[in-house]
Amino acid sequence: MVSTPGESGQFNLSKLLRDDRFWKIAFQVITFIVVASILGYFIFNLNANLTRQGTQFGFGFLANPAGFSIGESVLEYQPNDPYRKALLVGLVNTITLVIAGIILATVTGILAGTASFSQNWLVHKISRSYVGLTRNVPLLLQLFFWYFAVYGLLPRPQNQLNLGNLIIGNNRGVYIPWPANSAWLAWLAVVIALAIAAFFVGQWRTKIIVETGSSGQTQLMILGAMALAGLLIVAFAFGWEAPQVREGGGATGGLRLSREYVAALTALVFYTGAFIAEIVRAGIQSVSKGQWEAARSLGLSSGLSMRMVVFPQALRVIIPPLNSEFMNLAKNSSLAFAIAYPELYSVANTTFNQTGRPIEVFLVLMATYLIINLFISLGMNQLNQAVQFKER
Amino acid sequence: MTSITPESVSAPPEVHKPGAGAWLKKNLFSDWFNSLLTVVVVGVLAYAAYGLISWALTTASWAVIPNNMGLYMTGLYPSEQYWRMWVLLTMVCGLAGLSWGVLARSLPTLFSRHVLIGFAIICAGFVLFPPTRPSSPRLLPIVALVAATAWGARTLVRKLPGLSKWVPLLWFISYFVTVWLIGGGLGLTSVSTNDWGGMALTLLMAVSGISLCFPLGVILALGRRSTLPVVKWLSIAYIELIRGVPLIAILFMGQVMIPLFLPEGARPDRILRAVIGLTIFSAAYLAENVRAGLQAIPRGQQEAAASLGLNTPMTLGFIVLPQALKIAIPAIVGQFISLFQDTTLLSIVGLAELLGISRSILANPTYLGRYAEVYLFIGIIYWFFCYAMSLGSRKIEEQLNTGR
Repeated sequence: MVSTPGESGQFNLSKLLRDDRFWKIAFQVITFIVVASILGYFIFNLNANLTRQGTQFGFGFLANPAGFSIGESVLEYQPNDPYRKALLVGLVNTITLVIAGIILATVTGILAGTASFSQNWLVHKISRSYVGLTRNVPLLLQLFFWYFAVYGLLPRPQNQLNLGNLIIGNNRGVYIPWPANSAWLAWLAVVIALAIAAFFVGQWRTKIIVETGSSGQTQLMILGAMALAGLLIVAFAFGWEAPQVREGGGATGGLRLSREYVAALTALVFYTGAFIAEIVRAGIQSVSKGQWEAARSLGLSSGLSMRMVVFPQALRVIIPPLNSEFMNLAKNSSLAFAIAYPELYSVANTTFNQTGRPIEVFLVLMATYLIINLFISLGMNQLNQAVQFKER
Repeated sequence: MTSITPESVSAPPEVHKPGAGAWLKKNLFSDWFNSLLTVVVVGVLAYAAYGLISWALTTASWAVIPNNMGLYMTGLYPSEQYWRMWVLLTMVCGLAGLSWGVLARSLPTLFSRHVLIGFAIICAGFVLFPPTRPSSPRLLPIVALVAATAWGARTLVRKLPGLSKWVPLLWFISYFVTVWLIGGGLGLTSVSTNDWGGMALTLLMAVSGISLCFPLGVILALGRRSTLPVVKWLSIAYIELIRGVPLIAILFMGQVMIPLFLPEGARPDRILRAVIGLTIFSAAYLAENVRAGLQAIPRGQQEAAASLGLNTPMTLGFIVLPQALKIAIPAIVGQFISLFQDTTLLSIVGLAELLGISRSILANPTYLGRYAEVYLFIGIIYWFFCYAMSLGSRKIEEQLNTGR
């Protein structure tokens, strides 16, 4: 049998068409070409449109003076500072919101999540209805509600609320006590170091109780001394200063939180707290009942079995979704823009309005939020590794 | 779901029903701490309830709600064209009744006691609730229509079982009829998208976003799980980049940037731009939910399909995806709920959907400072829809829970 070149070509082609490997490569090439040509088309149009508008792509404008003022900022900021500086101020405002939000939302979430296991029927019901109510109403609506309908209805500065000279609230903002000692951050570092040391002492104590069956009295006393030292430092070395009422409204001293900040923080904490509560509840539920029973039958007390058996296992389930909840909180903080809190997105939006450079501003925004989320992820991954199963 | 337990030897022991006193003691006053907690909580609750009720009855002025009912529901839609909205509502309710009848074909009674009570409550609400009272002559027949179509569809589908296949097609067609009814054209007066708004726009945006982001999300999830490196890395890049950015940035910049990426003069309508923004955003999150479902399918399923001679598209379409989507239902519905909630962000971009129109109403000097009333009212509306969706997802989950 003689095979002509044409026949063999035909044969090869049909063989090729039935070859899985060929299709795998062909599919990728086609996908790549399609995606690349769509992107190319967009970029071509973008170039044409930008040339028509007479603008050039570039980040040079960030050095130009911004020319707008920012309502509140932790950093020193003047309207003739460059856009860079304005964006940085926005970023710092976002970070103060996000950090306070994460801490308070976690506390709220853990409280509400554990409350749903309460023996008390009322507490259980309240926890469930808090979660059911908050999760099913949009965050933006809650934000408006807190800003306009709650903090907006506080009295004017002339007849402001005064809670025992500690917290002063009016419809411009809230004043809370704040450390006034210039070295309080250093003292805070000392307290944190003490807390870390106490954590290790606690672990050491548990190890001794488990391994030798001793009561761990010495370690308990060390812990008590450390707690006392920490409390003394917090109470006296920080130099707490309560806000002083000023004639005609407002207050001096303490820390002033603007109404925008307080409203945004409350809304974020309530909303995210409900999601965290569900995560905590699911985590504790995921630990099988047998673990409780086994721990109790080994003679561990109820508190010890929660702390040493159930909770570490629940943490394994809790931490990964907690990570994405924190990232959501960071992204949701951009909604504070709607009530004029000058956070990152709000500043970026003003920058865009003044410069007419949507692409560059969007890229800056994207990169910044990606970096924030990256940091949250890094931290949570560290935590996650610490609670993983330690197997042989 | 009710099941009849046969009388048998293994019947569970009779439960001793505790009286009210015993229940109180067990659940509220079991020890001194619990009792204290109960007393404190009851005190706080009573104080809050007293404050709320006295506010609602004295300080609050509820006129802002019934006076603007048309605005809440349809935004600035021209009032002489309201009949189109009523036709739309009738059509959607008729279809809903039809689907209910088809879904309930295996139930012995369609109108059980709970359903009848529900109907009674809805009708009473329409008659008694001041904002809906003027429209009750129209709303009551629509409720009757739902009941009638449900009953009719059930009797019909028992005779012709093939009918149920057509319901999804009807819903599909109804979407385009809806857009035609709202927007006009083809014989109807056309209404500019600037006048679309209120509840109708919220629902339209949510439905459009959900139906567009679902296929895109599934494709992205499959892409991310793919063994082909180009497909995999493109999907990962898309998902991670989009998930890194807040939605408001995508919506706002989408309004500005989409025209920049298109040839000169091509400027999609702003509602379309908003839908594109919502879809792009939600698809990335949905892809992650579907991916979790895909990961839960054991490799053996794929290998079994391959050894039966199915090629990759068939394996994915017939074997892997149906199982994966079933597992992912709670997460997917959760994503739909958050998409529905995210439509509120469109008010920042200048669309007059439910929250947007409420802000315009609040800007009216007549209703100055009525924030709490308005936000509570629309909060209840949002809550109702989200709660209904999560309830529906739980029901579907129970019905599909065939494996265990």
